Amino acid sequence: MNIVDPPLGRLQWSSLPFWDMLQHPTKGNIINGLIATGAASLVVIGAIALVVLLTKYKLWRPLWSNWLTSPDHKKIGIMYVVIALVMLARALIEAVLMRGQQAFGLGGGFLSPEHFAQLFSTHGTIMIFFMAMPFLTGVINYVMPMQIGARDVSFPVLNSISLGLTAAGAALVMVSLVIGKFSTGGWFGYPPYTEANFSPGVGPDYWIWALSLAGLGSTLTGINFAVTIYKERAPGMQWMRMPLFTWTALCTAIIMIFAMPPLTVATAQLALDRYLGFHYFTNALGGNMMNFANLFWLFGHPEVYILILPAFGVYSETISTFSGKALFGYRSLVMATMAIALLSFTVWLHHFFTMGQNANINAVFGIASMLIGIPTGVKIYDWMWTMFRGRVRFTVPMVYALGFIVLFVLGGMSGILLANPTIDYQVHNTVFLVAHFHNVAVPGVLFGMLSAYHFWFPKAFGFRLNERWGMISALCWIFGFVGAFFPLYALGIMGLPRRTVAYTEARYVPLEWMAFLGALLILVALLALLWQLWLSIRDRADNRVFVGDPWAGRSLEWANSAPPPEYNFAVIPQIESRDAFTAAKEQGRAYLRPDTYVDIELPKNSAMGPAIAAISFALAFGLVWHIWWLVILCFLAAIASMIIRGFARDTRRIVSAQQVRQEHHRWIDAVDQATAISRADECTSVNVGLARQEADGVVP
Amino acid sequence: MSEQAIKHPGLNLGPAHGKDDEAAGTVMFGFWVFLMSDAILFAMVFATYVTSLHATAGGPGPRDLYDIKSVFIETMLLLASSFTFGMASLALKYKHRKARLIGWMVVTLVLGVAFLGFELHDFSSMFVKGGVPSRSGFLSAFFDLVPLHGLHVTAGGIWLICLVGQIVRYGLDTKTKLGIMRLALFWHFLDIVWIAIFSVVYLAGLT
Amino acid sequence: MSEQAHNMESQTKAAQEERKEFRSYAWGIGLALLLTVVPFGLVQWMAMPRVTLLIIIGAFALVQMLVHFRFFLHIGFRQKREDLQLILFSTVLLIIMVAGTIWIMASLATRMALPGSP
Repeated sequence: MNIVDPPLGRLQWSSLPFWDMLQHPTKGNIINGLIATGAASLVVIGAIALVVLLTKYKLWRPLWSNWLTSPDHKKIGIMYVVIALVMLARALIEAVLMRGQQAFGLGGGFLSPEHFAQLFSTHGTIMIFFMAMPFLTGVINYVMPMQIGARDVSFPVLNSISLGLTAAGAALVMVSLVIGKFSTGGWFGYPPYTEANFSPGVGPDYWIWALSLAGLGSTLTGINFAVTIYKERAPGMQWMRMPLFTWTALCTAIIMIFAMPPLTVATAQLALDRYLGFHYFTNALGGNMMNFANLFWLFGHPEVYILILPAFGVYSETISTFSGKALFGYRSLVMATMAIALLSFTVWLHHFFTMGQNANINAVFGIASMLIGIPTGVKIYDWMWTMFRGRVRFTVPMVYALGFIVLFVLGGMSGILLANPTIDYQVHNTVFLVAHFHNVAVPGVLFGMLSAYHFWFPKAFGFRLNERWGMISALCWIFGFVGAFFPLYALGIMGLPRRTVAYTEARYVPLEWMAFLGALLILVALLALLWQLWLSIRDRADNRVFVGDPWAGRSLEWANSAPPPEYNFAVIPQIESRDAFTAAKEQGRAYLRPDTYVDIELPKNSAMGPAIAAISFALAFGLVWHIWWLVILCFLAAIASMIIRGFARDTRRIVSAQQVRQEHHRWIDAVDQATAISRADECTSVNVGLARQEADGVVP
Repeated sequence: MSEQAIKHPGLNLGPAHGKDDEAAGTVMFGFWVFLMSDAILFAMVFATYVTSLHATAGGPGPRDLYDIKSVFIETMLLLASSFTFGMASLALKYKHRKARLIGWMVVTLVLGVAFLGFELHDFSSMFVKGGVPSRSGFLSAFFDLVPLHGLHVTAGGIWLICLVGQIVRYGLDTKTKLGIMRLALFWHFLDIVWIAIFSVVYLAGLT
Repeated sequence: MSEQAHNMESQTKAAQEERKEFRSYAWGIGLALLLTVVPFGLVQWMAMPRVTLLIIIGAFALVQMLVHFRFFLHIGFRQKREDLQLILFSTVLLIIMVAGTIWIMASLATRMALPGSP
């Protein structure tokens, strides 16, 4: 560390993406420079457009007081999902670029190796930390407190701070497009390549601090969710009455709490190596880079279960709802979820079978990895039995769920193959592995999140999404996925290493092209998704579901209006069985006017979230560019803000019983005026959110 | 105190504190969960230290650098501070005068600061003997583990000062009480981590 | 019973409880002192085989941690079970992670003749 760095640290003109192209205008430099500059301009233009629109429509104040400072778990959840969708768009475009490069990659291609390396590093980092994580955190945030009949999470302001940290990390990755270059070390940034000797630029620093911020945010989120589920359940909501999505949220939260610390340690140690010349993972003076692999995967493997468990929860909800049946094998699903959560901590070594430890260790971890197949298999059967003799409705969330079941089983199978160390030795570091983890991550996690998006969107915004374009998008996702990744299995067995920018084997070309076309179809899927959102907003008046139960839902998040009031429930429900809302509808107590209402206490808005977001972003930016005055300033500001928050006392506000009564009556009036519809009409505009009562699984 | 009255693990305010005790349930449980996450953080740093024990790369090792007398004094200081914080907790729980509570807290702070002073002195004498973190993998691991604990103690000290400030400003309202209780957990937890440090790092290093 | 008498009674009860809790802290610090001083003394003054000494140090450290949990943090078996579950679950994960790490890294060190090999 050089304390006497210039005031702007290592920031220079050459940090801009078009600098190389102007200085050394070779053909390769120009192509790469144009792509990088195009991406950077998109970020800049996007940011400017946002500022202009907010100013033009005078939305700054509402943005600040209704959204950014809001401690409401529903709004925080929505903001998480917005981050996830923006980041999804970026990382997906990068994926298409990479597949395009490989399609033309016979003996060259159009991207420079460094540019290609940046693409796969950012793609992986974003998809895991800034797409999947915010998406699932957002969905849990929105849905879980309502499912357990709570008014909010246990620590609402902490929730807002977690969002701020995640947003700061995402912003850091976005800024790396404009200023400087991101890491080329892959999403797991193995040293010694990422050490200062071999990667002297700012890339790994961007990676380190983006992950540190996201990791810290996730730890806090995990604590918040776990405590919420332990402490805030409505009366009568016993453990075995909780909806399965809440169970998966709990297990995910527990994994977050215990799996994030190893990541924090690994990135912090790498940072100490890079900034202060420590020797954790260096080649010289007793450093041991294998420690990093171990630490990183101690986090990394539980992480994939953090991602997949909530998706399992979503499928449990959608399959049960759209089959019109109670979930089959609830207890076994709960047990399987817990088993997966625990086993996830015992398999991390299978990410480095080939590192050189002895065969016994490989065997133990190989067997442990295969064991995970058992509880997962139990779940698959439970879902199929849930559909059995149900009246399955092929809505968009259900199509995603069906695509998941078929494709995920295939991905799981290739996982069992890879869990065998002897096979792993053959295919490790080939695109076979890439095919495997995309085969579980895309149909598993992403389809799950998109299923959740379509399922709960009407609850969050009060109108249904366009069904037709949703279906087009879902089918494009499913078939695009098949096209993009199944060829990679074959390519992997044919010996194509992952992360190769170019190759010399002509027989790879047809399969590479197939994968490229698949990727293009996925791009179409994304565009269809955006088009669907636009159409749905345009036609929202025809698709309102204010009454709040458009899909004949089974759990408590459907037991209020759409969108729900900020306090969720006018009266905290009393739970007497599983599928609480279905039970309430059957007993005719779903839409009652209580005799008395009471004042409801809610947390006041707090600027802590946005403040921490701004401070931590500036802190990380200062660290990346060695701008020490900024680092010190932000560090002090962070401490000061926490102390100030500690001294804050006036943090609660009251929603008067009068207002609660008014809002509740307005909703019940709407219920009374609504016509209950049969499931055959649920995707038409007669659906205003009131479901006709039908017996389980019977054709009406 | 009856079994039912206990709303949350460990240290309790007790039913005499009414709504403050009610509020403690969620907050204290949340803090316990945080501590467990923090414990994993320390555990991973310990694991790094243990796996780097022999990575001295020809530089100074434990016997050249550690000073058992100083570590013993630090241990005693921290242990005493745990006890004095216990006394502060009693003063809070049994509603003694505020001065008594603040007194015990200040004593704890003084002991904590003394601990940090000795620790810094240890580090500087290690530096003088060539034991700087950039010398070897072993020393890097040492300077990850022990100062991490020291940083936690520092954070605890700052928190303690803020809490005294809150007592003076607002008296013993719910938020202050819960703050003191959480700091108590934090402080005792750090003492437990220190047991692991003096055993694994110093005593085992000097055998 | 008059309110005053009730207050008096609850006050004596509180005083009793306080003495009990104070004794608990006193026991805690007494035991902790003993458990600290012995291993320090052994390391400083006693010549023993290294392995024996390490086992003693480890055993004393574990017992002292239990003492701190019991007497300073008031964790017991008779209270609400959530806390004990939480701590035990965390301990299991902690052991899996640390033991696994040491097992793996030790194997790597021996097989690759790294300086870390025992």
